Amino acid sequence: MTHPIHRNPITAVESPALGVTIDGLTKNFGKFQALKNVSFSVEPGEIFVLMGPSGSGKSVLLKHIVGLETATAGRVLINGQDATAEHTLERIRIALVFQAGALFNSLSVYDNLALYPREHRFGDEATISDKVMRALQILSLENSARKFPSELSGGMRKRVAIARALVMEPQLMLYDEPTSELDPVMGATISEIIATLKDEYHVTTIVVSHDRELALGIADRVGILMGGELVFLGPPASLRQPADPRIADFFHPRIDLKNPRFKNLET
Amino acid sequence: MKQLTHFLEGFGSAVQLLFQSARFAGTLPRQRARFIDQCYLIGYTTLPIVAILCFFMGSVLALQSGYSMENFGAKQFIGSLVGLSFARELGPVIVAILVAGRVGSAITAELASMKVYQEIDALVTMNIPPARILVLPRLAAVLVMMPVLAIIGNLIGWFGGAVVCKYVESIAIEPEAYFSALRRYMKFKDVGIGLMKAEIFGFVVVLICCSIGLNTRGGPREIGASVTKAVVVSLISILVLDYFVTKVLM
Repeated sequence: MTHPIHRNPITAVESPALGVTIDGLTKNFGKFQALKNVSFSVEPGEIFVLMGPSGSGKSVLLKHIVGLETATAGRVLINGQDATAEHTLERIRIALVFQAGALFNSLSVYDNLALYPREHRFGDEATISDKVMRALQILSLENSARKFPSELSGGMRKRVAIARALVMEPQLMLYDEPTSELDPVMGATISEIIATLKDEYHVTTIVVSHDRELALGIADRVGILMGGELVFLGPPASLRQPADPRIADFFHPRIDLKNPRFKNLET
Repeated sequence: MKQLTHFLEGFGSAVQLLFQSARFAGTLPRQRARFIDQCYLIGYTTLPIVAILCFFMGSVLALQSGYSMENFGAKQFIGSLVGLSFARELGPVIVAILVAGRVGSAITAELASMKVYQEIDALVTMNIPPARILVLPRLAAVLVMMPVLAIIGNLIGWFGGAVVCKYVESIAIEPEAYFSALRRYMKFKDVGIGLMKAEIFGFVVVLICCSIGLNTRGGPREIGASVTKAVVVSLISILVLDYFVTKVLM
């Protein structure tokens, strides 16, 4: 099998795309089991969308991939290397777009993007400026370079977070709820950006979301976590008529206003 | 037992942070801008409050000692009493307490808020150790600024004592006599000991505040709790350390 070639969105340098393997991942917080023996693989260059209701363990799993959490059991392999091993983040560039953006509030948009290349000495200030402005152009943010995060709308903050991730020249892009708290138009724009980055640059992408439209629209494959267990793994097309009633309930929730529970809400 | 565990955890985490920061000491020259920013925050912005407090502490000390020493006919020694007290004890302790309350609380609030709003996590995923860019410049800056603040605090405290001695009728000692007594009984070593204390207190305060800030978990409410905890732990540490450092340096 030939791996797709990842083309760096900023430098256009080509390299084999990365694959990710989650192998028997279990995470306990005290007595609460957030992840229960979860296993799956993400193929190089694909968009994998991990879905599930709130509290199902999606974001916890994402944190394991970048080493922000340590597993109780199991492991995460990135191109065959243990993600928790020392210096993994020095060898492999992984960018995580946080749910709330996690932008540095004391820095301007430009400095938010320039921080990574400056700290890792990617070149002189002119080279860094080129990279930053290129990333801002990709996300149509070039007019916001001098603004501070507090001056941006929710959608713009998400785009800045994606632009900051692009400046890292990542081989693996992770998104945590990229379309949450956004209006449908902005949600669709962000989905389009994720799909474009994958189509043009073959960046291996893992998206954690409970946005059905996003999953059905851009995913190559979908995984569904419920109560810390992986209950579905497959192409998005098979989610249109799910056989599992739990998945059907999640995808097509029915609200029965005659349910006695709603009686309590009546005034 | 639980409190002891928390104390040991906190102590361990502060020591670990110190070693992590020390590992990046070589990066300090290229973090000049951050270092200067921190020097400004720790030194320049604390200076007015140090000046006001030390002036009045010196004044009160002269007033009280003038009142009690008059009974023994020892008014001429007020200068040496104020001088020695400030140089060896009050100067470094007052400056450290002010740094804990003003700078330490701000450091904890900033780092705790960065932690709660995932900015610290973002740094970690970018492979930028928080100890390198957030802790090291602050530790270096406090080492430079504490002696400066302590010297200025001492001078202003001595001056406050001199003003009271001259203008309070019941004391009425001329500045020449006051400063002559101050010089006669004070050695350079006394000032040196005070500066060393200031260095130790300031360094410990900033380390504690950084460590508590970076270990904050939860939401906005925990940011406030961390700030309170950092200030309380810093103040207790200053006073406990003061005893042991004084004992060692005596």
